[in-house]
Amino acid sequence: MATKRVGMEGSFAIAEAIKLARAEAIAAYPITPQTHIVERLAEFVANGELDAEYIPVESEHSAMSACLGTSAVGARTFTATASQGLELMHEVLYVASGLRLPIVMTVANRALSAPLSIWTDHSDIMAARDCGWIQIFAENAQQAFDLMLCAFRIAEDPAVLLPTMVNIDGFYISHTIEPVEFLDQSVIDKFLPEYQYPYPLDTDKPVTMGAFGPPFIYTETKKAHEVVLRDSKKVILKVWQEFGKLSGRNYAPVESYKTENADVLLLCMGSFSETAMMAIDKMQAEGEKVGLIRLRLWRPFPVEELRQAVSKAQVLVILDRAISLGGAPPVCSEIQAALYPLKTRPKIISFAGSLGGREISAKGFEELIHHGVGKAKRGELDEFEIIGVRD
Amino acid sequence: MESLAIYAPRLVTNKEYFAPGHRACMGCGEALAVRLVCKALGRNVIIANATGCMEIVSSQIPSTSWEVPWIHTLFENTAAVASGIEAGIKVLRRKGKYDKKTKVVAMAGDGGTADIGFQALSGALERGHDFIYICFDNEAYMNTGIQRSSSTPFGASTTTSPAGKVSIGQTTWKKNLPAIAAAHAIPYVATACHSYPFDLMSKISKAVEVKGPSYIHILSVCPTGWRLPSDLTIRAGRLAVETGIFPLYEVEEGKYTLNLDFPKLRPVEDYFKLQGRFRHLSKETISQIQEMVATKYAELKKRATRNDY
Repeated sequence: MATKRVGMEGSFAIAEAIKLARAEAIAAYPITPQTHIVERLAEFVANGELDAEYIPVESEHSAMSACLGTSAVGARTFTATASQGLELMHEVLYVASGLRLPIVMTVANRALSAPLSIWTDHSDIMAARDCGWIQIFAENAQQAFDLMLCAFRIAEDPAVLLPTMVNIDGFYISHTIEPVEFLDQSVIDKFLPEYQYPYPLDTDKPVTMGAFGPPFIYTETKKAHEVVLRDSKKVILKVWQEFGKLSGRNYAPVESYKTENADVLLLCMGSFSETAMMAIDKMQAEGEKVGLIRLRLWRPFPVEELRQAVSKAQVLVILDRAISLGGAPPVCSEIQAALYPLKTRPKIISFAGSLGGREISAKGFEELIHHGVGKAKRGELDEFEIIGVRD
Repeated sequence: MESLAIYAPRLVTNKEYFAPGHRACMGCGEALAVRLVCKALGRNVIIANATGCMEIVSSQIPSTSWEVPWIHTLFENTAAVASGIEAGIKVLRRKGKYDKKTKVVAMAGDGGTADIGFQALSGALERGHDFIYICFDNEAYMNTGIQRSSSTPFGASTTTSPAGKVSIGQTTWKKNLPAIAAAHAIPYVATACHSYPFDLMSKISKAVEVKGPSYIHILSVCPTGWRLPSDLTIRAGRLAVETGIFPLYEVEEGKYTLNLDFPKLRPVEDYFKLQGRFRHLSKETISQIQEMVATKYAELKKRATRNDY
């Protein structure tokens, strides 16, 4: 069962999770706001608290490439990155998932240059959306700790064998000190047994990994990848359920907050949810029928759970923390696609905002919801709007 | 008598770890070099291979030419992947989960080494991983259709450095990768060529025993890209060495050894005239190259504190 509750920076809580998971190989390259994670892990290794190979690579491209190597021989592998770093490792992400290597990564979400911004938004992960990884979002340090531990179990499940990333909003989670409840090593060791990769590079049993696929086979390999990624949801649910029994903290692909009797729902991902909850609390106290949907599992996209969660709503206000320049915001377009086949569905209002770390307060969320409801009433459904733009 | 090692045949295993049936061009020097390398490496090896000719000709699903564990991922990251394999084995061994003697080997072409994979190579050499990096240098991007790389020799005509009315072809001198590797102060650097198979194999065997990074640069004659009859592969490799264009040497802990020297170097023209990629060169350009080759060779000879011939 859960033990101590201590105040700790999110990055350090994640590092604790990686230590408890007994990661065996860590490739590290510094980038703000991820750096505290790999710095703390370097200390653990230097002090002998974690028996792992720490590879201080010369770029993020090489970080993920080294992870391919460590994972391919069967070592439990971790790395962390953000923003430009994630983009630099972009092509390697696809190889990691295509080769079915269960690498685990934290992404401290941050905006993309230009102009250079070290502050949070989801542009980085949205650009890597289709890389075939399991993609999970945390909202605070506690969740980051929990979900990192679960990520290893999910990734390494023989029915999954897919790389898994946990997204944490840069600074909001990575650099904020929050109360975090840890779990004992003995509990984690039972939850996360020693890792055995079934198809390692092995001189006794030579395998050819990363062979090239001509047109007669490429489509089949992609289909297989798609099926296993979709099916991984069953394992994700099972692992989260088991973790819930251990820790008392329960996770679901789509989580609802005070949505009973709500006609209007706000949907967002990441650390935003906590601020949004404050707005929901206040508005409900004032008699408004509003609720909050938090999307936790981004890939595989939880279509059924989402449909269920929004089935009774009249209006669904979606706040994206990224834009798809020249197109619809990514979370919104995904949800629109998921709901389109339904006979009855809420009116969808699409907002994008808080780009490059711009703050949205609880009051801001309240205004956002009201603004969204107003647009829905007026039937202004066709265009997304970037909120908080100065004229 | 040591020079006998270069010429005298030794017992070579009949076992092939790079199996026949691959799709390399007729007379491919690189495939021959890979075959010899694999014979010297034996079975206790894990190979990380860059994108390029050898990956394409050897690994088309569902067949493979590799009798040893082999991984291909991308073009520029081979040294980083090899770093990971080595580090992974290290930690697993420490934890009692791995008990085999395994050498990690990275293989790439000249584009994957001198150009796009240069940073990853430098990083892996600097970090001191226990692995062998082998560059199979066929002096251009042959897999994509003979485009110039920074390892293409001066004057060579390629599809992106074509000879024309106002161009002699490649206008830059070949990047000196062995020297760059040696500048990382790694224990072992060597050049080799498939036309000197025993020298090549003994260098690989030596690298296997080295603790830390080794870098082996193998000139790999490409009849397709060099516009050379496919039965002249071995001769072209010999001429590259005999003209002093591609000297065979080793750098052990910073000490240079010239493995083969000649009373008199052959004129570069003997090497050039076999190859279509140099056909356009004027007498003036050839003598300019001759001068440069002589200078570079003299520099190397001066640096070589031991002569192994």
